[in-house]
Amino acid sequence: MIYRRFIDFPKMETGNPFADLERMKHHMDRLLGNLSEKRSRRAGSGVFPPLNLSEDKDGYFVRAELPGVNVEDLDIQATVNTLSISGQRTLPVEDENAKYHRREREAGRFSRMINLPDAVNADAIEARLVNGLLTVKIPKSDMAKPRQIKVN
Amino acid sequence: MSNNDIQVKEKQEAVASAELTKPGPVFTPAVDIFETDMEIVLLADMPGVTPDSLDIDLRENTLTLSGEVEQADHGEEIEILTEYEVGKFYRQFSLSEVINQEKIDAKLYNGVLRLSLPKVEKIKPRKITVSAS
Repeated sequence: MIYRRFIDFPKMETGNPFADLERMKHHMDRLLGNLSEKRSRRAGSGVFPPLNLSEDKDGYFVRAELPGVNVEDLDIQATVNTLSISGQRTLPVEDENAKYHRREREAGRFSRMINLPDAVNADAIEARLVNGLLTVKIPKSDMAKPRQIKVN
Repeated sequence: MSNNDIQVKEKQEAVASAELTKPGPVFTPAVDIFETDMEIVLLADMPGVTPDSLDIDLRENTLTLSGEVEQADHGEEIEILTEYEVGKFYRQFSLSEVINQEKIDAKLYNGVLRLSLPKVEKIKPRKITVSAS
């Protein structure tokens, strides 16, 4: 399989002071990744939520795990080459007599922006939230779609 | 509480007590557990788990949660950026209270499991009033 390599790796624009380090780490991981397991190629941006980005010939797919986030609390915006996902996760208030034994789930706001490698058709983006999984389907703009060239 | 920003947390890979027959990563879901006089409630984040693929098992004092997440078929897609992995969820708890097994209630909504485990009647704390003779 041929992997497309992007010189401009989608970068995080959320003012993370370690962004440069993270990016360097990612590039190092990618260099070493061919030697070790797939797992070490995981990027990790340090910003919630972690995203997976993939593409096919017609578009990009951004996926995130957002359990317990309601559709109303999710705000997705796109321009021709960026996608921003922000929102809020609220945990319902439980019985005040409840004694907590464990509290691992977090509530709060989140905001994330990614640069897309190519121009997209921002008007035709579709987003679905099913069982706590967010899938954003982003069609490429007609200019960015590959064209089959016939050889005569 | 909800004005803070959520900090990113790596998904914790579960340490299985026995080797699994099915390959693939297994993660520990984040849980909240609280107790009231009547019940113990467990909330677990299990994104991608459906009611059919979730298995809750209570045997003696051991509660086992295991949720299968289908590795979705993404067709011809090529991965560009991978920040999280998809895998099964698995976690075990040992319960110190006796649970009324017949009244256990589990709900799955938006990728969050809410499991309420009602305590058996007789161990509910009972206030004893002392009457003066």
